[in-house]
Amino acid sequence: MYKIAVLGDYDSIYGFATLGLETFPVSNPEQGAVQLKRLAEDNYAVIYVTEALAADIEKEIAKYKTQIRPAIILIPGVSGNNGKGISGVKKSVEQAVGSDILFSGN
Amino acid sequence: MASTQVNPTRMELTRLKKKLVTASRGHKLLKDKRDELMRQFLDLARENMALREKVEAGIKAANTNFVIAKAGMSEQTLHTALMAPKQEVSLECSERNVMSVDIPVFEYKTKSADENDIYSYGFAFTSGDLDDAVRSLSDILPDMLKLAEIEKSCQLLAAEIEKTRRRVNALEHVIIPETQEGIKYISMKLDENERSTQVRLMKVKDMMLEEAHHYKEKQFA
Repeated sequence: MYKIAVLGDYDSIYGFATLGLETFPVSNPEQGAVQLKRLAEDNYAVIYVTEALAADIEKEIAKYKTQIRPAIILIPGVSGNNGKGISGVKKSVEQAVGSDILFSGN
Repeated sequence: MASTQVNPTRMELTRLKKKLVTASRGHKLLKDKRDELMRQFLDLARENMALREKVEAGIKAANTNFVIAKAGMSEQTLHTALMAPKQEVSLECSERNVMSVDIPVFEYKTKSADENDIYSYGFAFTSGDLDDAVRSLSDILPDMLKLAEIEKSCQLLAAEIEKTRRRVNALEHVIIPETQEGIKYISMKLDENERSTQVRLMKVKDMMLEEAHHYKEKQFA
């Protein structure tokens, strides 16, 4: 049985607690990196990370890309959407195909 | 084969021929694997993008609702209201094998079956906007989990496709041509050896006949 975690600044993630997801508010990237490592080693299959935080701990997130668990998924925070999530999808298309043939138009 | 030296022997030739057969077979199989992976990946990537747009829009709307809710009540009340969540989500994770890539399949269970049972607070001290906010977030949850599943699959498939493509290219452009070159080199060398043996034998035969019959002396006589 696995759990789901949400990681990011408090204002962006407190709502998820009502759904039964576990929220881990962090206030700076260093704390975020440490927390992410702890969650990845624990029993969490999905970790949602706010885009703003993810931009600062890209290296740590990339480490888990080739593992089946945890799935680290970017979500927009309260401060808005910086396009990191979408660009992540484009990046994986680019990695597979060689160039972005699906979404280069938009 | 300029770069590496091969022994021009029959044994080496058989070995190289076997290697070429294996390499061509592997190349064909890997190419098929790559094509199939690519087909699946493109479908998944399209779905991934659509889901992501939907989820991002949903979360954005929910966030706006939360901001409105927050504006209508004091921070303490809000914290207290959301302090003890009623709902709990647990995840069952199995694996599906797509062309030897394990991709995750998530199945989630909520603690209470009633999907309206998400409000962890009495309605007396909170604003109605908070209900909307919680509702909108809860509506987007199934999509978020689906997104997690598909996005992870996409990442895993992309990595596998990249690996397979490298292997296909290495076989196609390095291993197979090199082996063919080696086979060609050895068979030429062997043919050359055979010709030179033949010529030597003919020459020896000539000399022996000359010895026995003295053709040349008879010619001048």
